[in-house]
Amino acid sequence: MMKATSVGEGAVLFQLGEVADEQTHAAICALDEAIAAADINGVVEVVPALINLLVAFDPIQTDHGAVTAAVQALKPDVAAIRTPQVHRVPVCYDPELCPDLLEVAKLTNQSVDAVIAAHLGSEMRVEMYGFSPGYAYLRGLPQSIHLPRKPAAVRDIPKGSIIISGAQSLITTLTMPTGWWVIGRSGFDVIESDAPDPFVFKVGDRVVYERISRAELGV
Amino acid sequence: MAVAVLKVVAAGPLITVQNAGRFGHMRYGVPASGPMDRLAFAAAQVMIANRAAAAAIEVSLGGLVLECVEGEVSYAQAGGGFAGGWHVATLRAGDRLRVQAGTWGSWCYLAFAGDLARPKWLDSFATHAISGLGGGAVRTGDVLRIENAEVRSAREGSYDAPPQPDQTAPVLVTPSPQGRHFADDAADVFLGSTYKLTDAFDRMGVRLDGPSVGLNEALGIPSEPIVRGSVQVAGDGVPTVLLADHQTTGGYPKIATVLSCETDRVAQMRSGAQVSFQAVTPEAAVAYARTVAEARVSFLDACAAPRASLDEKLMQMNLISGAVAGSENWSRELANFGLRNFTRE
Repeated sequence: MMKATSVGEGAVLFQLGEVADEQTHAAICALDEAIAAADINGVVEVVPALINLLVAFDPIQTDHGAVTAAVQALKPDVAAIRTPQVHRVPVCYDPELCPDLLEVAKLTNQSVDAVIAAHLGSEMRVEMYGFSPGYAYLRGLPQSIHLPRKPAAVRDIPKGSIIISGAQSLITTLTMPTGWWVIGRSGFDVIESDAPDPFVFKVGDRVVYERISRAELGV
Repeated sequence: MAVAVLKVVAAGPLITVQNAGRFGHMRYGVPASGPMDRLAFAAAQVMIANRAAAAAIEVSLGGLVLECVEGEVSYAQAGGGFAGGWHVATLRAGDRLRVQAGTWGSWCYLAFAGDLARPKWLDSFATHAISGLGGGAVRTGDVLRIENAEVRSAREGSYDAPPQPDQTAPVLVTPSPQGRHFADDAADVFLGSTYKLTDAFDRMGVRLDGPSVGLNEALGIPSEPIVRGSVQVAGDGVPTVLLADHQTTGGYPKIATVLSCETDRVAQMRSGAQVSFQAVTPEAAVAYARTVAEARVSFLDACAAPRASLDEKLMQMNLISGAVAGSENWSRELANFGLRNFTRE
């Protein structure tokens, strides 16, 4: 039985694994879908993450015990998770826009072209959002370009930067400081600001990259 | 359509447009945002008889000075012990409204009888301060347009603010979901110590100062969901209480979760205030949240009650007229009402 922990007066955190791997994530996606379909009394929202999933509820209508029992009684089916959508994200690797490309190549003992090829060859999984609106954490970078984050954050990394750390990558949605490595730039918007449901990626979706020129990027 | 136009003569930092909150999008990295003090915000809307979804301005300790340059509009002010008290009055062309911190509290709300013309995002005026999404920041030089502006004389007068919360009463928390990431004595240290709120205090949260909470491992944990009230502990062992604009997931371990219904009280404390924490069971947390919710309903009912007779109202107006004054007779009125302390500019 998955571990359930009460959080404040209005949430329960369900843990589905110890490490952020594909199997755990599939279990999280299956539980997420099962909760959405179950329409549990008082549940207001569900937040999937890497090894656990938070169920927030209205404490006026229900309580931790009732929510925990209702969620634990579900029979999530990993085999029946919705088919993930595949998103194609254009990336420009112009060195002027990608200040860390050369350093990443040096630190991983390969050429810049090899780093780009490794990045283009990756199939990423949308594993969760966090930090800021539309900030989707993608996982699936090949081992050959894994690096720990920088010792200190660098300021003013522009919106649309493709940043990497370990197996993870992000398309930034704000100009902001980051300690991750900037290896690409994209005009892809994770938030379509005018849409009623403006978040292009759903947790569980896949992302692949396509190389574009600076002229195509238009920056 | 009546329009009132207000010029922002001076605005402190961290002043934003908010509504009750933008709910249901945490899975996309979007916290609810909304008011730091939800009761004061709701009271301002009820006092001015607005719809629940209406926007209001959240004023920080830095204060706000508005000048009505066109039209007329009633407004409600509610929040902590801000100068002038909780009241409803009307601004007319030439009037200045000065919202300034008073005896206690860090946040105050200004709700207008009309529609504040500011952008919505995801159908909500709530501002997520870091991204600026939503109604946005309110800055010196801005011009605020209130559409469908009304004068609601029937709502005018002073209102009873809730008493200042007892600062010595411990803030209620549920214990950490991540006990294994902390040293054995970490919970005892956190619950047994008194912390001070630092000035690293914004809509995202407030960093505490006090005994450091021991972490078992320097390595990060897999990022996990965060709620309003999560107490996360950075590598240096210093706890931070996350508030309205919290990140939705994060990799720092959490030593406890402040009950959401307690976060308004924490938000209204000021830098330098002392705070301690007390663990409660999930059952006690729910019971407490229900008690608080009931008390809020009664309090808001009282705010909604019809106002006093004209005579009583005139007397109340005398008490608050220091807060609104035609720009030319501002000093005289302040002198009359003994509010000279509030005129520093």
